[in-house]
Amino acid sequence: MSAFPYLSTTIGTPLLGVAAIAVLPKERAALARPIALLASLVALGFAIADAVAFKTGGPRFQLSESYAWIPTFHVNYSVAVDGVALVLILMTAVLVPVVILASWHDADARGGALTPQGSPAESKRSVRGLFAQLLALETLMLGVFAATDIFLFYVIFEATLIPAYFLIGSYGGARRSYAAVKFLLYNLLGGLLMLAAVIGLYVASTHSPVGAAFSFQTLSKAVGDGSLTMAGSTEKWLFLGFFIAFAVKAPMWPFHTWLPDAASEATPGTAVLLVGVLDKIGTFGMLRFCLELFPHASHYFTPLVLVLAVISTIYGALLAIGQTDMMRLIAYTSVSHFGLITIGVFALTARGEVGATLYMVNHGLSTGALFLLAGFMISRRGSKSIDAFGGVQKVAPLLAGTFLAVGLSSLALPGLSSFVSEFLVLVGAFEKYPVAAIFGTTAIVLAALYILWWYQRTMTGPVASSVEGFKDLNRRELAVIGPLVALIVVLGFVPSILTNFINPAVSQIPAHVQITQQAPHSVAQDSATQGNGSGQ
Amino acid sequence: MPPSTYAPVAATGVFTLTAWVVALPMIGAAILLLGGKRTNAWGHLLGCLAALGSFALGAVLFFSLLGKPGDARSYDQHVYTWIPVPGFSADAGFHLDQLSMTFVLLITGVGSLIHIYSVGYMAHDDNRRKFFAYLNLFLAAMLVLVLANNYLLLYAGWEGVGLASYLLIGFWQHKPSAAVAAKKAFIVNRVGDVGLSIAVMLMYTTFGGFAFTDVFNKAPGADRDTILGIGLMLLLGACAKSAQFPLQSWLLDAMEGPTPVSALIHAATMVTAGVYLIVRSHVIFDISPNARLLVTIVGAITLMMGAIIGCAKDDIKKALAGSTMSQIGYMVLGAGLGPIGYVFAIMHLVTHGFFKAGLFLGAGSVMHGMNDDVDMRHYGALRKYMPVTYVTFGLGYLAIIGCPPFSGFWSKDKIIEAAFAQGGTSGWVLGCTALLGALITAFYMTRVMLMTFFGEKRWVEDEQGHEAHPHESPKSMTIPMILLAVGSVFAGGLFSIGSSFANWLEPVTGRAEGHSPINTTVLSVITLVAVALGVGYAWRLYGTRTRPVPALAPAGSPLTRAARRDLYGDAFNEAAFMRTGQWLTRLLVYFDLRGVDGVVNGVAAGLGGSSSRFRRLQNGFVRSYALSMFGGAALLIAALLLVKA
Repeated sequence: MSAFPYLSTTIGTPLLGVAAIAVLPKERAALARPIALLASLVALGFAIADAVAFKTGGPRFQLSESYAWIPTFHVNYSVAVDGVALVLILMTAVLVPVVILASWHDADARGGALTPQGSPAESKRSVRGLFAQLLALETLMLGVFAATDIFLFYVIFEATLIPAYFLIGSYGGARRSYAAVKFLLYNLLGGLLMLAAVIGLYVASTHSPVGAAFSFQTLSKAVGDGSLTMAGSTEKWLFLGFFIAFAVKAPMWPFHTWLPDAASEATPGTAVLLVGVLDKIGTFGMLRFCLELFPHASHYFTPLVLVLAVISTIYGALLAIGQTDMMRLIAYTSVSHFGLITIGVFALTARGEVGATLYMVNHGLSTGALFLLAGFMISRRGSKSIDAFGGVQKVAPLLAGTFLAVGLSSLALPGLSSFVSEFLVLVGAFEKYPVAAIFGTTAIVLAALYILWWYQRTMTGPVASSVEGFKDLNRRELAVIGPLVALIVVLGFVPSILTNFINPAVSQIPAHVQITQQAPHSVAQDSATQGNGSGQ
Repeated sequence: MPPSTYAPVAATGVFTLTAWVVALPMIGAAILLLGGKRTNAWGHLLGCLAALGSFALGAVLFFSLLGKPGDARSYDQHVYTWIPVPGFSADAGFHLDQLSMTFVLLITGVGSLIHIYSVGYMAHDDNRRKFFAYLNLFLAAMLVLVLANNYLLLYAGWEGVGLASYLLIGFWQHKPSAAVAAKKAFIVNRVGDVGLSIAVMLMYTTFGGFAFTDVFNKAPGADRDTILGIGLMLLLGACAKSAQFPLQSWLLDAMEGPTPVSALIHAATMVTAGVYLIVRSHVIFDISPNARLLVTIVGAITLMMGAIIGCAKDDIKKALAGSTMSQIGYMVLGAGLGPIGYVFAIMHLVTHGFFKAGLFLGAGSVMHGMNDDVDMRHYGALRKYMPVTYVTFGLGYLAIIGCPPFSGFWSKDKIIEAAFAQGGTSGWVLGCTALLGALITAFYMTRVMLMTFFGEKRWVEDEQGHEAHPHESPKSMTIPMILLAVGSVFAGGLFSIGSSFANWLEPVTGRAEGHSPINTTVLSVITLVAVALGVGYAWRLYGTRTRPVPALAPAGSPLTRAARRDLYGDAFNEAAFMRTGQWLTRLLVYFDLRGVDGVVNGVAAGLGGSSSRFRRLQNGFVRSYALSMFGGAALLIAALLLVKA
C-alpha cells in the first residue's frame, strides 16, 4: 500500500473532467473542449508521476491500493501496476489528450471529419457528450490496466464497451450504427465467455486451499505453488474463455471483421482509442492473465495460437494492401500488427514478452498517428477513399512528410520505435518457433507494400484536381501529430526509456509460466576449446 | 596469411572521433529536415560542410591508423546500449579497422565531391535544401552500416540507406515514374532485408549474440549447416542491396533519381554494401565453401546480365546502371572466391567508386547541357562542346574497360586472375565468364563513348521546342569530375605498388595466393586482347563514318530486344509475384467480406430468426443492450450466489 493513492488519482482525474462538463450550462457547451483537454493533461501529469514513483528495482506490483468492494464475494477494488501495465497507462495518458485535440471539431454540425452530408443525426452530436465520453473512456482504460482484481478487471473490460459504443454510434460516419452494433455484438460475446471463465476460476478457487479469491496476485501465487490446481480440461476451458475474449478484442483472425467496420465508421479520434488502446486490453490480457493463471493450457494451446497469429499477420497485411478506404486499410494493418504482438506473447521468451509489450505501446503511437493523419486528409477532402487523393506532397508537404515518417514507423524502419519491438518479437519467437518467426518476417515486405503504395497513390504524382487548394497542417494539427512523431523517433533511438520498466516486469513473471529468460544456449561453451583445437 | 584474430581494443584518444564521423552528417540531416524552409538559403552549404567535416575526420582517423602496426588497427567504440533486454543486448557501437576505414574514406570522399557537384546540379530545384538533407541522411546511414560493430546496428544502417535511396530515387515525386521506381527499390530491398534479419536471428540463437566479437570468434565452432544458413541469408540481403541476380530489377528503374544520386548511391557506395557485407562476414564464408560457391555463381550471372543489358540501352544512365550491376557482379564474384579474392573485390569496389561516380557525373553534365535528354541517340559530337566532360568521362571510360595503366585494369585483372586461380571446373567457368564480361564491357562502354562524344550531331528539340545548346557545366560540377578522374587514373596503380592495398586489408580479411592454371602474364595479355576485340567491334558498329548511328533504334536481334527489356527481369517479377499477389489479395478481400464476415453475419441473422430481425435489433439496440446488461448482471449474481451456497 503506498501512502499516496497514485493510481486512483490518475484513474479518477478524467472523471472530474466528466463532472465539470456535466454541470456546464448548455449555452457554454463549447467549454467542454478545453475542460476535457485540461483534465486529460492533468491525468497525463499523474501518469508521469506514477512512473516516477515506480521503483524499477522494486517488487513486481507497486503503487498498490485495495479497498473492499463486495466483501461477500471477496471482490475488492484493487489496483497496482507492474512495468507492463505502467507503460500501457503512460501510452493511454499520452494518446487521450492528443485525441481530444484532434477531435476538437468532430461534434460540430459541419467540419467533423466524417460528418455525412445532410445527415439527420447531426442534431445528436453534442459537444458535451463527445468530450465527456472520451474522458469517461479514459478512466476506464486507465482502470483496466491497473486492475489487479479479476472481477474488477472484468467489470471495467465490459464497461469500456458503453462509451465506445456511443462514440462510434453517435459521432461516426454513414454506416455508424451497423458498425457500432457489430462492435458491440462481437465484444459482448467475447465478454460473456470471459464472464463464464471468471466465474469458473472463482469456483475453482473456492475448492482450493487458497479459498475464494478474485485477487490476481493471490491466484497467480496459488497456481505457481500448486495450491490451486485445476483439472486439465477445466484449465483448458477457462483458458479458452479468457483467450477468446482477448482474441476478439485484439482482433485475431477469424474474429477480426468487426474492426475494419468500427475503425472506418468511427471518427479518427475514436478509432485511435479503439485500436490504439482498447484493443491492447486483449494482448495485455493474454500476457497477464492467460499465461499466468493457466500456464499448462497456455503451453498446450501455443501451437494453435501461433498458427492463428501468423495467419493474422499475413492475412491482415494482404487485406491492407487490397483496401481502397484509408481507415479500413489502417484497421487491417493493425490486425497484422496484433498478430505479431500475439506471436511475441506466446513465444514465451523474455525477448518476446518485452517485444510484445513495447509493440503495444509503439503500435499505439504509430497507428494512432496514422489514423489522425488520415483524419486530417479526410476532413480536407470529404472522402476516405485512397483514389480521391493524389499529389498531396506538392500542396501540403508537411502533411505528406509526417505521414511518411509515421508510415515508416508502421513498417518498422530502424531508428523509429516500431522496429525495436518488431525485431524483439521476431527474434524472441525465433528462439523457440523459428518457422512461425520466419512466416512473421513476411510482414517486413508486406508492410512496406501497404504503406508505400498508399503513400504513392495519395501523396505523389501530379496534383489531383480535388486536392488543389489543400491546406497544410495547421497549428492544432501540428500540436496533435508533433508529439507523437517526436515520441516515435525518441523511442526508436532510446527504447530503454520503456524497457527500464518492462524488463524487470518480465523478469519477475513467476517461474511457473516458464518464460525463457536466458539468452539462447551459445555454441561458445562447448566448442570454443574444440574449435581452437581443430582450427585449420 | 590468415586474418588476425578479431579482438578489437576499446577506442581511446583520437579514435573516439569515430562516432563523430557518423554524427556530423546525422546532425546535418536533422537540422535541414527540422529547420524546414528557414534553412533554404544556406542548407546546401551546411550539407556540404557536414560531408567535408566527416571526410576530414575520416582522414585524421586514417593517418592515426597508419601510425599503428597492421594487426593493431582494430578499435571498438561503445556509444550507448541501444536495446537492453534480458538475455539480449544491442549496442550502438562502432568498429574501426582497415576495412571500415576504407569505406569511410570512399563514402565521405566521393560523398563530399557529389555534395559539391549537387550545389550546381540542383541549383534550380525548389527543394534543393531537402535534397541535401537526404544526402546527409544517406551519408549517416551508410557510415552506420560500415562502422557498426554488430549486425543489428549494421542492419539499421542497411535499412537507413534503403530509406535514403527511396527518398532520393523518388525525389521528383510529382513524376509518377519516379514514385513507382522509389517504391519498387524499397520493396525489393525489403526482400533482402528479410534475409539479413533472419541471418541476425540465426546468429542470435547460435552464438547468443550478433556482435562481431560473438559471431567471428564463435563461428568456427558452430554447426556447419547453421553457418551455411547464415551465409545464404546474408547473400540474400547482399543480392537485394547490390542489385544482384535474382533481385536486380530495381536498379535500372532507380535511375529516375537525380544523377548525383545515381552516382553516389547507385554506383559508388550503397549498391556495393552487399560486397561489404560478404567481405565483413568472411569468417562465415571462409568456413562454408557451399555458400561461397553460390556467391560466385550469383556474381558471374549478374556480371553477364548487367553487361548484356548495358549493350542494349540507349538511355545513357541505364547503360551505366547495367554496367554498375555488371561491375558489382565482378566484386561479388571476387568476394565469393574467398581469401584469394576478398582484397581484390574491395579494391575493385574502391576503383569502381572513382570511375563509375565520375562516369555518372559526366553523364549528368551531358544531360545538363542537353535539356535533360538521356537518349544517346540524340547526342553525338559532344567532345567539341564539352571538353572537360569529354576528357574526364574518357578517363573513366579507359579505367572501366581495364586499359592499362588506368585504375580498372589493376583491380579487374586481379579478379579474373583469382577466378581462374580458384582451380577446377568452377575456376575455368568463372574465369572465362569474367573474361567474356571484360570483352562485353569494352564493347558497351565504347558504344556509350562513341554515341555521346563522337560522330555526327543528332540533337533534337525538347518537348517545349528548345533547341539543344550543349555547353560545359559550371566549375562546381567540373571540379568534382576532374578529381574523380584523377582517382580513375591513378588509384589502381597506386594500390598495386608493392601490393599496398592488399597488405593494408590483409589483417582483416586474410589472403591466400591461388594457383592459376594460366601464367598471369599470359592471362593479362588474353584479357587485353578481349578488351581490344570489344572496343574494335563497337568501333565498327558506331565509330565509322560510313555507318552513322540511326536516330531510331533498329529492331535488333532477340537478344537485343530481351536486353532492352532488362532480360525480362520485370516481366518475370510481374508474372510471378505481382499478378499472383494481386489475385491473392483480391480473393482475400472478397473472402473476408463474403466468407468470414458473411458467416458471422449469417449466424447472427440466423440466431435472430431473419436478417430483417437482425436489422431491427440494430435499430432498437440501446434497449436490447440495457436488457442484456441486466441479464448478464443477473446471471453473474446468480452464479456467485450458487457458489457461495
